[in-house]
Order: sequence, then C-alpha cells, then structure tokens
Amino acid sequence: MSHSLWTTFDREFAQIQESLLQMGLMVDQAIALSLESLQNRDHALAKQVIDDDEEINAIRFKIEDACLALIATQQPAASDLRSVVAVITIVINMERMADHAAGIAKTVILMGDEPLLKPLIDIPRMVRLAQEMLGEVLQAFVDNDADTAQAIADRDDEMDHLYQAIFEELLEIMADKPDSIERATYLLWCAHNLERIGDRVTNIAERVIFVSTGDMRELNV
Amino acid sequence: MKLWVVFWCTMRQMVNQVQSPKMFIQELDFYYGSVRALSSISIGILERQVTALIGPSGCGKTTFLRCLNRMNDTIPNTRLEGKVYLDGEDIYHPSVDVVDLRQRIGMVFQKPNPFPQSVFDNVAFGPRVLGLTREREELDAIVERSLQRAALWEEVKDHLNTDAMELSLGEQQRLCIARVLAVEPEVILMDEPTSALDPIATMQIEGLMRDLSERYTIVVVTHNMQQAARVSDKTGLFWLGELVEFNDTAMIFTRPKEQRTEAYITGRVG
Repeated sequence: MSHSLWTTFDREFAQIQESLLQMGLMVDQAIALSLESLQNRDHALAKQVIDDDEEINAIRFKIEDACLALIATQQPAASDLRSVVAVITIVINMERMADHAAGIAKTVILMGDEPLLKPLIDIPRMVRLAQEMLGEVLQAFVDNDADTAQAIADRDDEMDHLYQAIFEELLEIMADKPDSIERATYLLWCAHNLERIGDRVTNIAERVIFVSTGDMRELNV
Repeated sequence: MKLWVVFWCTMRQMVNQVQSPKMFIQELDFYYGSVRALSSISIGILERQVTALIGPSGCGKTTFLRCLNRMNDTIPNTRLEGKVYLDGEDIYHPSVDVVDLRQRIGMVFQKPNPFPQSVFDNVAFGPRVLGLTREREELDAIVERSLQRAALWEEVKDHLNTDAMELSLGEQQRLCIARVLAVEPEVILMDEPTSALDPIATMQIEGLMRDLSERYTIVVVTHNMQQAARVSDKTGLFWLGELVEFNDTAMIFTRPKEQRTEAYITGRVG
C-alpha cells in the first residue's frame, strides 16, 4: 500500500508494530544472555537478565496501552481489529517468554558455584531454536504470512523432542548418581523454561494465522 | 446460570436458526429510467432483529430500503423487477393496498419530520386517519403506549399539547418513531435516523432500536459503520447496486468474507 493511502489507523499501528519488534529483540537478547550466564556461570549477567525483565514488562504495558487507545479512537474492524487484538496476545506471550529467560537466570544464581553436571549440548540447541522461532514468527506477523506461522508452530515438535531427550538423559544420570539429583534438577528447570518458550511461540503463530485468515484454532494440540 | 435460562437461550437460538424470514427479497432489480440502481438483490430479513444496510454513497441502500414499502412507487419513470415478500405475500401484487402495506411497514426518515401540530396529535394522526379507534380513551392509551415505547413519554407526558416543533431534534425523531408505532407496524424502516442528531440523541435512538427489536423487525440504513456494529444483528454491504455480503454483524465486522467488505469497513476504499 502506498503511504499516501495510509489511514490514521495504519500510521498508529505501524508504530505499535515497531514497538512489538523492539520488544521481540529484547526478549531474544534475554534468552541469549540467560544461556550465556548458564554457560559461563556468570551471576552478574544472570542478575542483569532478571533486572532487564522489568524493562520488558514495561514495554508490554506500553504496547497494550497503545492498542487500547487505538481501539478506542479508531474503532478498527475486520483484519485491522484482529491485528490489534493479536498484538495484545503477542506481547503477553513475549512477556512470559522473558519471564522464562529470567527463570533460567534465577536457576543460574541458585546453582551457586557448583560445577555443571555435564557439558551443555542440547540446551544451547534449544536456545538457538527458540531464537529462530521467535524471530520468524514476528516476521510472519509483519508479513501476515499464515503458511510460515504454521511451519514455525510445527518446529515446536523439535523443541519438544530436545526437551524429552534432555529429560531422559538427566533422569538416567539421577538414577545412577543420586547425589547429582540437585544439579540435574537445575538443568531440567532450564530446559523446561526453554520448552515453555517454544509453546509461547506457538501461541503467537496461532494469532498470526487468526489475523491472516480469521481462523481461530489451537496448533500442536 | 440457572438451568431454565440456559434452556430458554438454547430454545431461542434454535428458533432463530429455523425461523423463516419476515421479509424475503428475491432477485430484485430496480431501474431509474434505463439506469439499473439495484442488481439481483436476494436477502432474508428475520423477524425481531435489526438488519443494518451499509455502503458508500450512491450504492443503492436507500433505494433498496424504499423498495421494501413501495416508497419508490411515487417516483416517476422507475421500474422494479423481482419479488418482495412480507410474511410470504408479494407486496407488489396488484391486489395489495399500499396504504395498508405502509401501516404494516413504517418508515422513519433522516431528518425528523413532525407535523406542525401538538405532540398528541402527531402520534394520534395515524390511528385517526386509519380509523383504528373512535374512542378518546382508547386513543389516549395508544398515544401513551407509543410514546412509552419510543422512550419519550417521561419527557412529554405533561406537555402533550405542546407544539411538536418546540421539541429538541432528538425528541422530534423519537416522536416520529412514536408516530410510526401508533399504527402498530410489523416492520420499521429507518433511513439514516440519527444523521441529523447529536451524539447523546444518537445513543438514545440506538438504545431505542435495540429495545424496539424485541417487538418489531427493524431495517436501518446507516452511513455510520460503528452504529451498524452497535445496533444490528445482521449487516449487509451494498456496493454499486449489488449486495456484496450479508451476514451476522459480528462476522462482518471481525471476519468479513469479501475483499470489498474488508476494504469498506477498514476505510481503504479508493
């Protein structure tokens, strides 16, 4: 659409979309830093992830507020209305993703200076997957691309498989060495937080499909 | 929620789903001279619902509305093809008495048009002309009932002999609605009934439309899309004389099926 045909709604929604992408970058960084703090046992970095979560909460409320103002002043309908409602759901899910990243950081602090139970292999894979899925689903939202959203939701199966593999491996270690249960549980918590991030991306993918097609359905049930 | 409420709601929903339309319009074409203003309109208007007709200026929605009680009959050099049924009867059949028809299908216009008479005489006009009653007490009752249903009674009950032209525009429009109600219509057609009113009077008329739909079938033409969204059960979009889409109002305003509907209601026409 040429900018000369933009309605007031278009202009204001473009700003909201920009803030949404900015929030996406912040969440992406929180996920990346939580892994780094785990890999390096960096308590200061973990604390920074926890502190930065406040900023992400604030931007979520700012975007929600802008959406409410847009509904009240522009009375959007049809795909415009679906887009605004979708943004509200998306920021709630992204805010929860940041909470999961902060959850990993809190676990890092709880672990103290205990050495890692095992080298990290699948957890970094889960992090990379989560970051890719988040970036792609936000791009799919901007592009109004239901097919890509569906494909991203399908990738959540990969995330579930990685989590299952970690779960089984740690269970085996705990069975063999009961004195490792505490350290294994910490790693399991980290993996669980990442698995939940995958679920949150799936929720966002559902919203992208809803905006694009009007079809409201749950993916990966 | 109490069980009987659930039962009642379910039954009402079932009745709504199977009820036959109060009015049924079949393959309607309308011509001004050789210009076709409406093309092949087919639509069912359900009883005791508010049906809103929206669309850009000149799209044919008012022409269509006026076909529903033969108001276009008065315009020379016009022609109608197709059928308009009220309770299964063709309203354009030669045997139909147009005065009787317009009693059953009343109309409220864009600008309030009270007669330069008292409030009472405005409402009593229809019953007197149609000879609905000769008893003063009965006429009083009709006037009171009509004004109450039009949500105007409390404001005018002590001033029934006041000249109607002294009322505010919003009150005048409600008086015109009371005048229509006084002859016990079954269907009320409203042609942009709030476009001359301020926001408060508009909200009052909109609330009234919802209340009246419990008793009457209402068809409203409006330029105000939010009004259509607020007051109607069904919405139809007209475009260049065609009915582009007709569906539940909630669907039209959240998930329209047609691209032209999407373009119109999101303000991206042209």
